[in-house]
Formats: sequence, C-alpha cells, structure tokens
Amino acid sequence: METIKADRVVDTRGLLCPMPVVKAKLALEEMKPGQVAKVLATDPGSRMDFPAWCNETGNKLLRAEEEGKGLYTFFIQKAREV
Amino acid sequence: MAEKERKRVALVASKGTLDMAYALLIIASTAASMGWEVGIFFTFYGFDIVNKRKVHRLKVASLANPAAPLPVPNILGVIPGMTAVATWMMRRMMKKQNMPTVPELLDLCRKWGVRLFACSTTMGMMSIKDEDLVEGTECAGAAAFLEYASKAQVTLFI
Repeated sequence: METIKADRVVDTRGLLCPMPVVKAKLALEEMKPGQVAKVLATDPGSRMDFPAWCNETGNKLLRAEEEGKGLYTFFIQKAREV
Repeated sequence: MAEKERKRVALVASKGTLDMAYALLIIASTAASMGWEVGIFFTFYGFDIVNKRKVHRLKVASLANPAAPLPVPNILGVIPGMTAVATWMMRRMMKKQNMPTVPELLDLCRKWGVRLFACSTTMGMMSIKDEDLVEGTECAGAAAFLEYASKAQVTLFI
C-alpha cells in the first residue's frame, strides 16, 4: 500500500466520543484545503464515526487503517470548504 | 457545504443533571463539528446547563436512579450526601477518560455557532434573569422553536 503523506498528525488516542471528531475538526479548521490530517484514535466508535463524519463534512477519507490492539488511523483530506 | 444544504438538528434540553448535560452536548458538539446547524431549546431543569451559576455544579441523581454509579444498594441513595457521592464518582470517571467538562463542551458548541434558545415560560416561572444565562442565549417561545425544528432533519428530546 502506498504511503500517504500527512501534513498534520491529530492524536486522539485515549479520548472518547465526541473528542476524536472534535479534535479532527479543530485541526482541519487550521489547515488548508487539500492538506491531509492523519488522525490516530483508540475509541472503537471512531471506526464508524469518521466515515460518517467525512460524508457529512465533505472532507475526504483517503484511508482507514486498523492495527491490532485497537488503534485506528484515518487519513482525512480537507475539502474546499469545511 | 453551501448554506442551503446544511442539515439541522433541533434538541430540547429538559433535564439539569450532569449525565443528561453530557448526552445533550455530545450530540450538539458532534453535529456542529459536521457543519450542521444546531439549536437547543432549554426548558425546565435543562436551564441549569446555560445558567452561569449552575453549569459548573450539575449533579447526578442517586435517588430513583438505579443506574447511578454507586457502590451501594440503590435504596441507600436516600441518605444525605449520596447525590454528592454519585456526582463525584461520575466526574472522576469522566476525568479518567479525559472527557471535557460540561462548561468546556458548552463553550465549544458556542464557538461553533450552536444556537441556545431559552424557554420564556420557564424563565418566568423560575424567575430566571437574562444575566443568569450564558452569553448569546436567545429568549424564545414554543412557536419559535417549533418553526426552527420543523426545518430540522433530526429532533431529539433529552
């Protein structure tokens, strides 16, 4: 799998809903359209939350990865408007 | 997203306990983070969530709440001080999970433009003054809220 270059890492490990999407939103607010945020999460709800959140916000979920031990990684590209 | 495409959620906050404040503000802040329009109608005890003097001191009920985080049989919830114990335990659980406090979540909602409607009947009945309420709270009646809610895709009573 080709690597995705992230412009910013958003670490939400150890945080519960709604904080992963809240932190992602706060980070994307400071980023430029087209830039990519790499979001690290351990909240199991984030597996379904980030696809839904991206669908609603228009930001693009480039990739969702799941490692063992409950670590989820999401690469989210900021849309033109958030 | 273009203005006309924005989804809307209309919430009614009728309870003034710590657990219900979290339920309300988690949904509100998440919807706001997705770019939705969010409006909350505060009524009856829900007012404590936008009351500057009370929002820092919301409690968890120990009485008639079998799910209260208490290590004792529920009947002992009547003992004075048990509400404080249940509240302390829930605050500790939230802190352990690095959850923001209720005032922090409320501030986040306000930053993202969540509209806070204050039920005018409750204000009159409970003698709540404008200056008791967090900044930006709008006094409204049921008709105004219903009109707002009629354009919402999601409406929840909490």
